[in-house]
Amino acid sequence: MTTTQERPAAEVGNPRRRKEDARLITGRTRWTDNVVLPGMLHLAMVRSPFAHARITGIDTEAARSSSGVVAVLTGADLAEEQGGLPFAWTATPEQKAPAHPSIAVDTVNFAAEIVAVVVARSAAEANDAADLVDVDYEELPAALDLKAAAADEVLAHPDLGTNVSARFNFDSAEAGTGGDVDAAIAAARDGGIVIEREYRQQRLIPAFMEPRSIVADPTGEQLTVWSSTQVPHFVKIFIALVLGIPEHKIRVIAPDVGGGFGGKLQFTPEEVLTVIAARRTGKPCKYSETRSESLQAAHHGRDQWQKLTLAADRDGTVRGLKVELLANMGAYLGLVSAGIPILGAFMYNGIYKFPAYRLTCTNVFTNKTWTDAYRGAGRPEATFAVERLMDELAAEVGVDPLEIRERNWIKHEEFPFTTVSGMHYDSGNYEAATAKAKGLFGYDDLRAEQQRRRESGDPVQLGIGISTYTEMCGLAPSRWLGSMGYVGGGWEHASIRMLPTGKVEVITGTSPHGQGHETAWSQIVADRLGVPFEDVEVLHGDTQVSARGLDTYGSRSLAIGGMAVLAAADKVIEKAKPIAAQLLEANADDLEYTGGRFGVRGTEAGMSLAELAFAVFQGHKLDGGAERSLDADATLEPDDFSFPHGTHLCAAEVDTETGAVTIRSYVSVDDVGNVINPVIVEGQVHGGVAQGIGQALFEEAVHDESGTLVTGSFDAYLVAAAPDLPSFVTARTETPATTNQLGVKGVGEAGTIASTPAVVNAVVDAVRHLGVSDVEMPCTPYRVWKALQEGAKS
Amino acid sequence: MSRITVKVDGGGYTDDVEPRTLLVHYLREQLGKTGTVVGCDTGNCGACTVLLDGRSVKSCSMFAVQADGHEITTIEGLATDGQLHPMQQAFHENHALQCGYCTPGMIMQSIDLLADNPDPTDDEVRLGLEGNLCRCTGYQNIVRAVRAAAAAGGAR
Amino acid sequence: MIPAAFDYYAPTSVDEALALLREHDDAKVLAGGQSLMPVLRLRLAAPEVIVDLGRIEALRGIRDDGEALVIGAMTPHSVVQADPSIAEHAKLISLAAAAIGDPQVRHRGTFGGSLAHADPAADLPAVVVALDAEMVIQGPDGRRTVGAADFFEGVFTTTLSEDELLVEIRVPKYTGWGAHYEKFSRVAQQWPIVAVAAAVRLDGGTIAEARVGLSNMGSIPIRATAVEQALVGQPATAEAVRAAAARAADGTSPPTDLNGDAEYRRHLASVLTRRAVLSAAGAG
Ligand SMILES: Cc1cc2nc3c(=O)[nH]c(=O)nc-3n(C[C@H](O)[C@H](O)[C@H](O)COP(=O)(O)OP(=O)(O)OC[C@H]3O[C@@H](n4cnc5c(N)ncnc54)[C@H](O)[C@@H]3O)c2cc1C
Ligand code: FES
Ligand code: FES
Repeated sequence: MTTTQERPAAEVGNPRRRKEDARLITGRTRWTDNVVLPGMLHLAMVRSPFAHARITGIDTEAARSSSGVVAVLTGADLAEEQGGLPFAWTATPEQKAPAHPSIAVDTVNFAAEIVAVVVARSAAEANDAADLVDVDYEELPAALDLKAAAADEVLAHPDLGTNVSARFNFDSAEAGTGGDVDAAIAAARDGGIVIEREYRQQRLIPAFMEPRSIVADPTGEQLTVWSSTQVPHFVKIFIALVLGIPEHKIRVIAPDVGGGFGGKLQFTPEEVLTVIAARRTGKPCKYSETRSESLQAAHHGRDQWQKLTLAADRDGTVRGLKVELLANMGAYLGLVSAGIPILGAFMYNGIYKFPAYRLTCTNVFTNKTWTDAYRGAGRPEATFAVERLMDELAAEVGVDPLEIRERNWIKHEEFPFTTVSGMHYDSGNYEAATAKAKGLFGYDDLRAEQQRRRESGDPVQLGIGISTYTEMCGLAPSRWLGSMGYVGGGWEHASIRMLPTGKVEVITGTSPHGQGHETAWSQIVADRLGVPFEDVEVLHGDTQVSARGLDTYGSRSLAIGGMAVLAAADKVIEKAKPIAAQLLEANADDLEYTGGRFGVRGTEAGMSLAELAFAVFQGHKLDGGAERSLDADATLEPDDFSFPHGTHLCAAEVDTETGAVTIRSYVSVDDVGNVINPVIVEGQVHGGVAQGIGQALFEEAVHDESGTLVTGSFDAYLVAAAPDLPSFVTARTETPATTNQLGVKGVGEAGTIASTPAVVNAVVDAVRHLGVSDVEMPCTPYRVWKALQEGAKS
Repeated sequence: MSRITVKVDGGGYTDDVEPRTLLVHYLREQLGKTGTVVGCDTGNCGACTVLLDGRSVKSCSMFAVQADGHEITTIEGLATDGQLHPMQQAFHENHALQCGYCTPGMIMQSIDLLADNPDPTDDEVRLGLEGNLCRCTGYQNIVRAVRAAAAAGGAR
Repeated sequence: MIPAAFDYYAPTSVDEALALLREHDDAKVLAGGQSLMPVLRLRLAAPEVIVDLGRIEALRGIRDDGEALVIGAMTPHSVVQADPSIAEHAKLISLAAAAIGDPQVRHRGTFGGSLAHADPAADLPAVVVALDAEMVIQGPDGRRTVGAADFFEGVFTTTLSEDELLVEIRVPKYTGWGAHYEKFSRVAQQWPIVAVAAAVRLDGGTIAEARVGLSNMGSIPIRATAVEQALVGQPATAEAVRAAAARAADGTSPPTDLNGDAEYRRHLASVLTRRAVLSAAGAG
């Protein structure tokens, strides 16, 4: 064998440092707000201070004559032209949804809704003129509280006649996936255990660090739009559908995007209005939101009430779970708002073998910022509920919470397993992950310390929180999405271009904004094609380059997008093979592709992919019929979800005098299947866990009685900084997924899904002996202290 | 308009600015130093951090006119002759960034931190970075990077 | 957002600055900008004139005039925090300055700016009140001096009139006193929910003198005199201090907000006072 072009060991699994870092650490970045075009105009939005009001008049006179102003647009001006913003998820055929204008025409339905747009020659002048727009409002009663809204006490949209958008049910008895939950609960009331709890998933703000920004350039043949979005392909389609611009005349670019976490999985009013401003003025237009605008107007997440009834035998074997859910949609339906609770609906049974399950969900409108995807989207809520309940059950039975879990979870030899909600868990090993986590955590020692502190009445108590989670990720099989009322598909696309010099361009339909696809996809291709990692360039985020794709969210990129890249690489090899056979004058069956080279079995003869690429480029020696290209496309449809799982353990100290919670140690053992790049996986876990801790301890979007967001700046919406978080101990077990060739699952959301209940369980565990069985999130010192006061009374 | 003379990343500039122009906007829009970014409007996020006469400041929380006669270093002025600053190198090596939006500010503040304390503990690093928010990384790898840079003599 | 337009002046002397303030009706003083800048950016204020004190060298620096330490109003928190004479004679100030915001904020934000701003949740006001500092104010009619307790009048309001400047702060020396600043907040960078500034002078194991100031327990910083009196003559033990600290919230009317109601703050005040005093006495 010749060994001329031997590559180093396999790229997949290699802790490669990221390619994308080079520009990001030197400031040579390409954020949307960096885009400057000749003659560019700037937008400023005038937003409603009221949650619900009729617009009785807008005086734009002063603004129009303000220095540098080119146009002032109001809802009245744009009523026709703006079209309506789309929703892409219909939870039930009867779903109700209000028209969703980009700019309010006669009423505003949440505070910060846009009522006027100023277009001016500079951003400063646009801000100046926006201050001069005088809007008269007649305030209307606002539906703000979720429970009150669900009872239709005040209507968010009086013309709908109700605040209920949709009622969605899943019943295992009806679906044939399990028994009747009412029967299970009735049986448990008679001699067993029934646990009834209500949990609130507070309203959160995705709070990506790069505020949203849009540039629309109408010059030339095409409309070019830069947007700080997770979903450039969606944006392109929706600009076409909403504004009637032919799809083939639109190019959308998501350059470097500074985080999303679901918050940039949207087609936004700001995008529509920037495009309209550009179309009307014939000039490039830019809008960059401020942080205050971002916190108020970019979609929020979570905001649900969960009413839960768990039935179990006296020994802690669960017999059934009933979930009654209220989900706050806010004022409008965004792209997947209606589907968020549905994404959770199949996860309430977690890793357990519940025999009966029913979920009813009511999607409710209020006069608040609309909610939509936020990291985990539905699954954190479900995981929180079941993992909190398992702790409550353990307390009731009087055994260690790990023991209760073990009693109910699916054993590794029982896979594949069809759950009570009808999901097919292909693989998993909860025992292994838990054993590893316990070891790293020092579980038994911490339990002993906890006991000592309880006995000595230490003012600082110690709690241990557990979360043994799974999630469904890799959104999603198209057929499943269709059956759930989503208009789009779940496939992903990739192409590979073999350049004449042997370099490789990979074009992906995923749209990374921090996830490191440029690196991970390069690793996959480097291995598959046998080319050096450095020779692969991954292109994305520009619909002119990446024409087809469904972008990045729902931990789908690797399991679907990465697989599409792999499939495209396979096609390149397939395409190259007959050409190699011809040029090597060999039989294709005798060719073997290894290390980037076609070799003729049993001989020294061979040809590298690079040589082939050049030969194809020249085309001189190829058969007449041979296509002069090795490029290949692949569109991959996933067979099923993948189901990462893991065990997270949190030790938290609660200062019973002040209510302050300090995380002392945190261990996560995640099973995300095979790993392409362990460094990236670890980073995703860190960030995910941090965000889940944020929900447990720090974050909440709070509105006052008039519907104004009081946490409208980073002064009040508390994103944890470095001193507020511990160092995490992260480890993995690897149980390969069987639903894709790479054996990979997803990791983008796992940390967030797992950590919130681990932390809250730890807080409650620390003070359960003081009469506390729940603390509402976020577990602020004040809330913990109040719970302790209540506990002392009872 | 006010006339200012500043030195930014080693280059001298004399420009007319509106007094209300924030330093960060002057850097980004007039000088094209778009490596420094804006993440908030209340001085909380630290994304805009630069060095003013060698000490870290939030460039969104000062006017360009206030920088008249002073020297500014941004993320774009760190690498010399194509050689990354040890802090940049450490951020790369330790996967201390994901989306990278907080990174310029984080790196500038980390350099300031080491200037005060060339060999910080984990906790000292965390405290020193309390004015810089990152939504992606959970900070752990950032702490690791700063300590690695310290070990590599990054306080230059 | 971008602040509304204004005329900018950067005087190099206090007199020049005062003349500018006299001349312009709608003028705002700019010190470190760490509180003013967000206000301008959010357009919560839009003054016509900004008078930047940043180029008045006379307002910067710390000197020891024998009886007292004199801190120039424009001295940044980071300088105060690291100053050896302050550490020696008024340790409480070093500790509180170090607890403000974050390093970048401390590089720009100023001692005088923080006091003049008079945010009830700010860290320094309670400290200067506890330490009986004197605020030196200069106006059209020359200088006047007011005690810290009389300087603060309400939320964001002080005795300063629009044509006056806070120029320096005179802090009596507390050489040999123990000090501790106990700040309670939910996240590191946050302003305190409640904070307690404590300084004690020990005589043997007995507390001979005590100074206790509270932040965010009312519209102005509060001196916990009941606690101070109760501490004098007591041993620096947990029980004795606990009993005295129970009076920390006497006479206060703390705010209610997302971080806690008045009752919680009163409770915190006594817990934190106990901790602060014990630490100050070296018994924490
Ligand atoms: C992210 C962040 C976190 C912070 N955290 C804290 C914290 O935890 N604790 C805390 O105490 N503070 C905190 N601050 C505020 C910080 O301490 C400010 O520096 C301080 O409040 C104001 O000082 P300045 O010099 O920046 O004043 P400026 O912002 O310039 O001015 C503030 C006000 O005082 C007036 N003023 C200033 N100087 C004078 C003077 N000499 N005479 C008359 N009037 C004057 C100004 O006109 C203005 O109205 C924080 C600030 C930020 C941005
Ligand atoms: S942009 Fe300067 S601190 Fe956020
Ligand atoms: S890397 Fe995205 S905010 Fe820090």
